[in-house]
Amino acid sequence: MLKKLAFTGLGALTALVGFLAPAAYAQNEQFIPMLVYRTGPYAPSGIPVANGFRDYYTLVNKRDGGINGVKISFEECETQYNTKLGVECYEKLKNKGPTGAALFNPYSTGITYQLIPKAPVDKIPILSMGYGMTAAADGTVFPYVFNFPMTYWGQASAFVRYVAKQEGGFENLRGRKIALIYHNSAYGKEPIPTLEVLSQKYGYNLKLLAVDHPGQEQGATWLQIRQYRPDWIFMWGWGVMNQVAVKEAASIRYPMDHFIGVWWSGSEADVVPAGKGAIGYKAGDFHGTGAGFPVHKDIIKYVYNGNAQEAKNNNIGEVLYNRGVVNAMFSVEAIRTAMQKYGNKPLTGEQVRWGLEHLRVTDSHLKALGMADFTQPIEVTCSRHNGVGGRVYIQQWDGNGWKKASDWLEPIEEVVWEQVKQASKNYAFENRITPRVCSGQS
Amino acid sequence: MQVLYAFLVGPFVQMGQAPVFFAEVVINGLLTGVMYSLVALGFVLIYKASGTFNFAQGVMVLFAALTLVGLMEHGVPVWLALILTVAVMVVLAFAIERLMLRPLINQEQIILFMATIGLTFFLEGFGELLWGSNVKRLDIGVPDRSFEVGGMLLNQFDLFAAAIGAALVAGLAVFFQKTPIGRALRAVADDHQAALSVGIPLKTIWVVVWSVAGIVAMVAGIMWGAKSGVQFSLSLIALKALPVLILGGFTSVPGAIIGGLIIGVGEKVAEVYWGPLVGGAIENWFAYVLALVFLLFRPQGLFGERIIERV
Repeated sequence: MLKKLAFTGLGALTALVGFLAPAAYAQNEQFIPMLVYRTGPYAPSGIPVANGFRDYYTLVNKRDGGINGVKISFEECETQYNTKLGVECYEKLKNKGPTGAALFNPYSTGITYQLIPKAPVDKIPILSMGYGMTAAADGTVFPYVFNFPMTYWGQASAFVRYVAKQEGGFENLRGRKIALIYHNSAYGKEPIPTLEVLSQKYGYNLKLLAVDHPGQEQGATWLQIRQYRPDWIFMWGWGVMNQVAVKEAASIRYPMDHFIGVWWSGSEADVVPAGKGAIGYKAGDFHGTGAGFPVHKDIIKYVYNGNAQEAKNNNIGEVLYNRGVVNAMFSVEAIRTAMQKYGNKPLTGEQVRWGLEHLRVTDSHLKALGMADFTQPIEVTCSRHNGVGGRVYIQQWDGNGWKKASDWLEPIEEVVWEQVKQASKNYAFENRITPRVCSGQS
Repeated sequence: MQVLYAFLVGPFVQMGQAPVFFAEVVINGLLTGVMYSLVALGFVLIYKASGTFNFAQGVMVLFAALTLVGLMEHGVPVWLALILTVAVMVVLAFAIERLMLRPLINQEQIILFMATIGLTFFLEGFGELLWGSNVKRLDIGVPDRSFEVGGMLLNQFDLFAAAIGAALVAGLAVFFQKTPIGRALRAVADDHQAALSVGIPLKTIWVVVWSVAGIVAMVAGIMWGAKSGVQFSLSLIALKALPVLILGGFTSVPGAIIGGLIIGVGEKVAEVYWGPLVGGAIENWFAYVLALVFLLFRPQGLFGERIIERV
């Protein structure tokens, strides 16, 4: 305990010194800001994500000597998952480093919404990987916003595809009952339009149940579940809402293998309070689980000097840690892609935007990075900022860890993309944006 | 016309058509209400003794639960962890009295209130520093399974929590009514100056009342922590206690209980029967609306002391 206190005190002192003396960055370093939430009600989710980012950037510096020889410098700014603080962090960090911020990963749908109008003005791209505004997938209207490998709408449609597979085909969805329990916020409401359109297409009944922040008390919601008796439950939750929902579902003896959470409702923290009751619970995911990939071995070797226990203490292999790693990898590869055009030097946000728009991560590429089968290959284009080829799978909690429980699932593209185009068209109209023409752009 | 029917008649028709489910909703509300009361009790105790609204009560719930589960994670048996947590809360009460309350004697109530806000931030940070931010499972050995009675699903843990809540209220009632310290505490609550003039030690009373509030916070932390895991957001549970306090009165222990039950049932019935008509998620704000409606008729709350001042 004393050791812990001493370390924390030292950390606080270092932070204070850091605060008083702003960090100076070398002229040949690529600055990447990190918006993190290591404190506050969502810290249990924020810490592993932040550690994943930090460790991957450190790995690239130590193992590879940076991106094509350009070292990464990064700085954390604490948002507490608070939109106001997130915007302050953005303003504080956007001009740091020799060329300003390369890109921002806001890690909050609320912060993303606030930064979307700022991005084209400051010419700094926003990568909201698997969250944020779904309509931003349309690169003709949102040139500075990226949300690959898949949007919430894509994921919702993939869940419907999964349920159809379990039920023996889309035709068997008719008359089935699906309930959506969602965080009563812009984030939680994201999948509703898609699920409503698909309910009309496939004939299932949809029940919407909102849960207010923070979601600590959900008695009424689960009474309605008891009354409605859904065949399947989807959940778009966050923070304590997830943990309480999983526990409530177990408590009323709902079949856990028919309860599927969004990829923000499927971390280790979400199943801990329910104990054995959580066994069988499922959630979406788009990257590997566990710490058995070569990239993890590299992280232990280069970042933790071979100390696997310390790496474990820093969440290595946990779902949200891996999400931080894959997100950092996409960020690094986008910069590497941009360097092909602009040279091996620190790049501006505008140049990194070009890299994001031309990002192509293949199987062989993933293998070279120690991430074979860790995530799916992806190709981002000028018009498709959600990427082409993004897929999701269902993972299942077995009491000890998350295990892959399905093949990779494709979104129901014909429905989702049509919705994206309509939403982006509305956004462009409301904000007087003239969509750019993508064909022929380099 | 249809809208009026949907709001004014439809819900009652549903209740009549499925009376067993309606009973389940009400019982669920009562059990949840007891849980709210547990949190509200801590506020009432401190308000009674010092006239101060303790902004830090929610964080005390978190801090106590974190301490308990942190000790258990270090291999301390449950019974010993409970005793040690009580000891920590008593030490905390001493520290609060010595470092926060004593220097602020004779200050305005708003100053004391501001001090409790500071205490909130301190305990939040200190708790995280000591025990970390991870979600921790709290298993006190009470089964959390549901069973059916007459078509209604009841949860074993909720029933246990209700029993604990009832025992706690009974214990506090005896403490306030029958013990010398309880009587002294009531005297301090009525009038500080008069209590001091007859030799009641104000500082001791404050330590006692903050200790008892700390223990109540621990019980609330155990009950809520076992439901959701022990984590930072446990401190936000205080928001659920506010409408209970408004309704029951800030100075009444029975008020906290009755207020909790009314809020619990009210919000569950509203959410299940009226919620779907307006898109759901109304229970949080409905609790406040319910409390405010009561305020229109009884500004001091159901059981609060009526304030009469000569002008």
